[in-house]
Parts: sequence; structure tokens; C-alpha cells
Amino acid sequence: MIRSSFQGLGIVRAALLALALWASSPAAQAIDPVELQDPALQERYRALTHELRCMQCQNQSIADSPVGLAGDLRREVRELLLAGKTDAEVREHLSARYGDFILFRPRFTAATAWLWITPAALLLLGIVIAARIIRRRATLADSDPTEPDDRGDARA
Amino acid sequence: MNRFLLPAGLFALLVAVLFIGIQRAPQKTVIPSALVGKPAPAFQAQRLIGEGRFDPASLRGQWWVMNVWGTWCPECRHEHEMLLEIARSEVLPLVGLNWKDDDQAARAWLDELGDPYDVVAVDRDSRIAIDWGVYGAPETFLIDDRGTVVHRHVGAMTREVWARDFLARLPKKPGVGG
Repeated sequence: MIRSSFQGLGIVRAALLALALWASSPAAQAIDPVELQDPALQERYRALTHELRCMQCQNQSIADSPVGLAGDLRREVRELLLAGKTDAEVREHLSARYGDFILFRPRFTAATAWLWITPAALLLLGIVIAARIIRRRATLADSDPTEPDDRGDARA
Repeated sequence: MNRFLLPAGLFALLVAVLFIGIQRAPQKTVIPSALVGKPAPAFQAQRLIGEGRFDPASLRGQWWVMNVWGTWCPECRHEHEMLLEIARSEVLPLVGLNWKDDDQAARAWLDELGDPYDVVAVDRDSRIAIDWGVYGAPETFLIDDRGTVVHRHVGAMTREVWARDFLARLPKKPGVGG
């Protein structure tokens, strides 16, 4: 009992340590020192730069990347927001130049439809197959009680 | 027997999808330009050499090539000899876009290695590069006589790429071989 609560504490402590380490890592800290005056605008800026891909490094957002072009793209986003553009207009402005690849969250188009639909379709298919197997097993067990479903029983 | 048919079929389908994905994967490292088929973005830029500003509108009515480069870019040095060869062939005007660079370093580079460009436009703060969807150097664009982007090549220019992706796209002139 005492031992298990110690273990529980250990896990909590490890989690806290991991969180502390993550919080001090460069990923959590903004590379970008610039803050917009308007807090609402700053929040939209923060969100947008996290969902735009750094085209040079490709697996980082422009908010996370210290690369020169990422900084220039952040400036572009800032200027567009300050000019009163909506989030959708900012995304449109950049994807018109860099293609949909710059958007981390793919848009729902004819080309990306399968990307959005496949997981749900596969889940549904899995449920259907599982349900069929379970139902068949249930009916088998009902109709034939002598069916050896356990090898130990069958041998005995 | 029959109950294996569906899982086996699904497995075969999955294998086919993954196989196609792997086959196509190498091409995905080169991102297609969103600008192909669209009007080349307009700009006016300071010239690296000489006075005044350069406006690509002045090239209307002829096909031309824009090469994005910087002295910080090792691949640009690799392709430079090929650019000089292209310049000597005098097939198309070659515009350089000196991107995120230092003017003096850029001029020194051209003095040292030779200048293949008819004109070099300066883009210190990426404003032109972003409009053109440039994400790395070198990149080379082919623009037609109506100002439409026809092709974008990412990476060093080679003889093969020049023949296959640029020269092959030019309109055939009567009387000129090919």
C-alpha cells in the first residue's frame, strides 16, 4: 500500500519534471521576440504562426523556427493582421504563394478528402467486423455447447 | 476460406496504397510551385549593379529566366558554371534575384566567378521571394512572353535540367533548329 502510493508519487514527480523540462525547451519558448500591441491580435498571430509550415525546415512551424525565411514569413503574417486581414485571408495569401503545403492543417478539398474520411471509415469498418465476429461467437456458443473453445477442456 | 477473402483483400489494398506512397515519396521533397500557370508576381527592385530600379514588366513579350541566389548558398556556387554556360548560349535573358544577401559580397562573388546575369535585382528582406513562393536557393523560374510562370526548378541548375525543363518548353521557332 505504502509502496504503491510512493510509486504514484514517483510518476507525478516524473511528469512534473518532464513538464518543467518541456517548458524550458526552445519548443515552448517563442523564438519571436515581437509582440503585437493588441492582445487579441497577438493571440491570432500566435495561433496562425503555429499552423504555418516553415518551408525550409518543413517539420517546424514558422513560430518555432529560427531560420531567416521563417522570420520573414512571421513579419508577413504580422503585417497582414495589422492591415486588418482575417485569418482565412492570411492563410489564403500564403497558400497562393507557397501552395497548400504551407498549411499544417490540410484543407478539405477533392484531393485531401480521403485524408479526412479514411480514418473514420476504417474505424467504422473495424466496428462492423468486430461486431460480426462477436455475434458469430455468441451464436456458436449457444448452438453448440460441446464445441471445445478451450484446449485444456478438449483434452480432458 | 471465404472469411479470409475480405481481410486479405484489405491487406492487398493497404499494400498497394503504401507502395504507391513510397514510390512517389522522393518527388515530395520538391514542393510544386503554386505559381505555375499564374502571372509572375510584379515587383520593382533595386539593381545590384548600375543605377535605377528593375521591373520585370520591361521583359514583356519575351521569354525569360529568373534565378534566385545568394552568396550564403553553397548550391548556388555549384550551379554557377552552368549559369555562365546558359548566359553564353544567349537563348534567354537571365535575371538574378539576389536574396537575403549583402550587396558587397554579392558584387564580389560576380567579380570572382563571372556574371551570368543580364540584370540582378536585390531582395534583402524576402519581400519579392515570398511573393514568388521561394523557400530556398537556388530556385530558377521560367516565364513566358505573356508574363506567366511556366516552370520552377528547385536546386542547382544542371545541363540536363536546362534541356529537359527549360529549353524543351520554349516555343519552336521556325528556321531555328529544333
